[in-house]
Amino acid sequence: MASCPTRIGIYICHCGVNISATVDVEAVAAFAAGLPGVVVARDYVYMCSDPGQALIRQDIEEHDLNRVVVASCSPRMHEPTFRRAAEQAGLNPYLVNMANIREQCAWVHVAGTEALVASAVAKVALLEPLEAREVEVTPGALVIGGGLAGMVAALDIADAGFPVTLVEQSDHLGGRVAELHRTYPTLESVTELLEPLIEHVQSHPYITVLLDSRVAEVEGYVGNFEVTVGKLVDWETGEGDQSTNLPIYQVGSIIVATGYDVFDPRRKPEYGYGRYPNVITTLEMEHLLQAASTGESLISNLQSPAPKVAFIKCVGSRDVQVGNPYCSRVCCMVTAKQAHLVKDLLPEAKVTVFYMDVRTFGKGGEEFYDEVRKKGILYRRGNVSEIVRRGERVALIAEDTLLGQPIEVEADLVVLAVGMESRANVDSIATLLKLPRSSDGFFLELHPKLRPVDTAVDGVFLAGCCQGPKDIPDTVAQAKAAASSALIPLLRGTVLAESATAVVEEELCAGCGMCVEVCPYGAPALHPLWNVSRINAVLCKGCGACAVTCPSKAIRMQHFTEEQVLAQIDAIVMN
Amino acid sequence: MAVKTSQMVEQLELWGCIQCGKCTGGCPVARKTTLNIRSMIYHMLVEPEMDVDAHPELWDCTCCFTCVERCIKDVEPAELVIALRGQLVESGRIPDTIGTALMAIFRQGNPTGIAREDRAAWAGELEIKAAQEGCETLYFVGCIPSYDQRVQPIARALAQTLTAAGIDFGTLGTEESCCGNEVRRMGEMGLFEMLVEENSELFRSVGAGRIVTISPHCFNTFKNEYRLDGVEVVHYTQLIAALIEQGKLKFKSVGVWGKGVERVVTYHDPCFLGKQNHVFDEPRAILSAIPGVKLVEMDRNRERSLCCEGGGGRMWNEGTNLEERLAFQRVQEAADTGAEILAVACPFCLLTLEDAVKVQGLEERLRVMDIMELVDLALE
Repeated sequence: MASCPTRIGIYICHCGVNISATVDVEAVAAFAAGLPGVVVARDYVYMCSDPGQALIRQDIEEHDLNRVVVASCSPRMHEPTFRRAAEQAGLNPYLVNMANIREQCAWVHVAGTEALVASAVAKVALLEPLEAREVEVTPGALVIGGGLAGMVAALDIADAGFPVTLVEQSDHLGGRVAELHRTYPTLESVTELLEPLIEHVQSHPYITVLLDSRVAEVEGYVGNFEVTVGKLVDWETGEGDQSTNLPIYQVGSIIVATGYDVFDPRRKPEYGYGRYPNVITTLEMEHLLQAASTGESLISNLQSPAPKVAFIKCVGSRDVQVGNPYCSRVCCMVTAKQAHLVKDLLPEAKVTVFYMDVRTFGKGGEEFYDEVRKKGILYRRGNVSEIVRRGERVALIAEDTLLGQPIEVEADLVVLAVGMESRANVDSIATLLKLPRSSDGFFLELHPKLRPVDTAVDGVFLAGCCQGPKDIPDTVAQAKAAASSALIPLLRGTVLAESATAVVEEELCAGCGMCVEVCPYGAPALHPLWNVSRINAVLCKGCGACAVTCPSKAIRMQHFTEEQVLAQIDAIVMN
Repeated sequence: MAVKTSQMVEQLELWGCIQCGKCTGGCPVARKTTLNIRSMIYHMLVEPEMDVDAHPELWDCTCCFTCVERCIKDVEPAELVIALRGQLVESGRIPDTIGTALMAIFRQGNPTGIAREDRAAWAGELEIKAAQEGCETLYFVGCIPSYDQRVQPIARALAQTLTAAGIDFGTLGTEESCCGNEVRRMGEMGLFEMLVEENSELFRSVGAGRIVTISPHCFNTFKNEYRLDGVEVVHYTQLIAALIEQGKLKFKSVGVWGKGVERVVTYHDPCFLGKQNHVFDEPRAILSAIPGVKLVEMDRNRERSLCCEGGGGRMWNEGTNLEERLAFQRVQEAADTGAEILAVACPFCLLTLEDAVKVQGLEERLRVMDIMELVDLALE
């Protein structure tokens, strides 16, 4: 389709020895030199390096290249690198193509290198220049969840000078942290930590707090979200008010900080939770400790001055049977903390912690574990198998694995260290924002190592336990990270939109609306008057679902047109 | 005899074990014998060989599968016991009584030693269709109900009840052979596979869409270990509960023991029905539906029911500790609820618990009855 003859430069990368160890790169370069349109064919040890990129720039200038092919690694690695190099030499970055001869050839087998190279050349000859697009960003953010993560993130964004709307489903701020009595390892009061934070949020001139509220609808894209917020109707399903005339908030970034639920120990019936009143969860214990600090007795109807209190860790965590194979990260410290507090309240109490492992990581963690044992709290290794009634008490049936003997230990109170799970009522949020989950049910971050707060959806960020179990310091750190990432588009004022999008040829469009139904991003829309589909180039991610679905073949995928793909196939078949 | 550990570790995926202790912790015989399954798994992981002869307690396992149910890493500890028993069986080092039972199953299709020709004698005067003529439901009687005099009335009661409900059923008569559930658990894999093949072929030729069993052991193996595609396998309590719900069985309005007479009944969950196959509600539904029955629960019910020590070959092997039988503790627990009747749904539980009642001198206080016996008494 080019009006002037294509002048293609092709570069076969050795990738050190990654490719050259199995592929004869010189022979491939020689083969490539013979392909139609190719004027320059080279092989080089590291194309992504500075000299490698310089080679491309130099050839573009000296040989007047108007197309570039790099046969190397996966485009996911270095497509941006080579596009930038071309751009620097004045060539439109979308006239660069790659052939993956590393992951798809050298690393798996050798055959097919020539076919891939020929196919990349065939396609690049038909590529057209595309323009990068910038869109303006609404200067404001929305935070979903008024717990610790939500509040910390909101404060950072507000302090940076942007308005923040904070949506909270309950009637108060503070989330799960507000249910805690003390925090480890300092054992300081949580109320004292939280109250100033809440006060700061409520009084901040840039933060608008919406209580008893749920997000009802989300439209738009990064930089230009339109979020409808209504009152909460059904706590269990998270359903919000669906009536019309609900307020719509325009924001540039969204942070999801919806927090967690605790595991319901009724799913492990052998522990008798729900049958025996003296079997409780760590969350319930936290409430008891809070009440006891104001004078109530910790264990009512105490028979003896030296009550027996047992903690069982890993309830609903590290457990394939209940579908939670992961470790909930905080329970070892929570248990140590509560054991410490019980011993403070009842010095004569016999406190035992039943464990499989002790994971008291973090600053002060191991030292706290040492302190707790010094207070006489006994750690016995063995995951309790079942709990039975013993008169007014219960008995824990377990094996002490270090003794190698079955044991039965009576207790007046048993505390189950329940794990964290993704909240049951966030499915609606996940659907509205199109957020994927990891296999453990929590929201999925974009990369487990390098992108902990980004999601697959541009402009939507994660903070706190909704992304995975974590303690207060990690929650605060992640909330600040999310705020920082959310501020980037707000501070820049514009965002780049994807260039390789779908385009409708309106003369061919029959207005059937199937593209509208099939698009996961809500990009196509039927024009109300003319009944043809128009695709919002900023919402479109170029996935191709609409083009495949369109019965009139009216949709053209830029950078992946039918002619280009067919040319690729022909080249492969012929080689 | 030294067994090389690495292959078994691979096959049984023992590397999944994190030594948490839930298995040994929940093992009902661990507290009265030296059997420590967690420790055995560890030994398999760290040592190149396991001397199986040094572990006679391997025969104590009842295969209640509490360890399998509790394991949080999806390791199946009891399968190690079975695999090690397999090694002992192959080398012929097994308790005599187990050898006798296995030989009888091989020769006469049942462990009692009584001839195959007498297998259908339990039916007495009852006329029961031969399944081989074709039927919708295959009534698989099982070895103990066929041959044991205490259990034969239950087999008859089920036949009569099915007839009363209008079910089209038949039995295999003398062609019926042991289901093999206990055979596999005793480690005799060759005999088990032979039984599976022969029985499956027999069931296929009958062509019934449903199999109902008296014993939860037969139910367990047909449902989970045979590959009977397209055949629904049910325990009799599931079928009876469904028939009651459908209104196909009518109980006497005056109740089992006469007008206004109520007896306190408690139910013992059999391991192979409850713990392993999660059938907890149907037996209770039946008991609750019988007029005159006042159902109370023991503390150790459902998933924590205390094994009667009848499974895993224990009916033919006393084990290493004869004094503290779990059945003794169990009947005491039943009596402590104030119950007059201990209801069961498994022939092994019936026999072991009844034995325990006698030994503990509780005959005046507690009577062991199968649910089928109560149903039979209650029907019009």
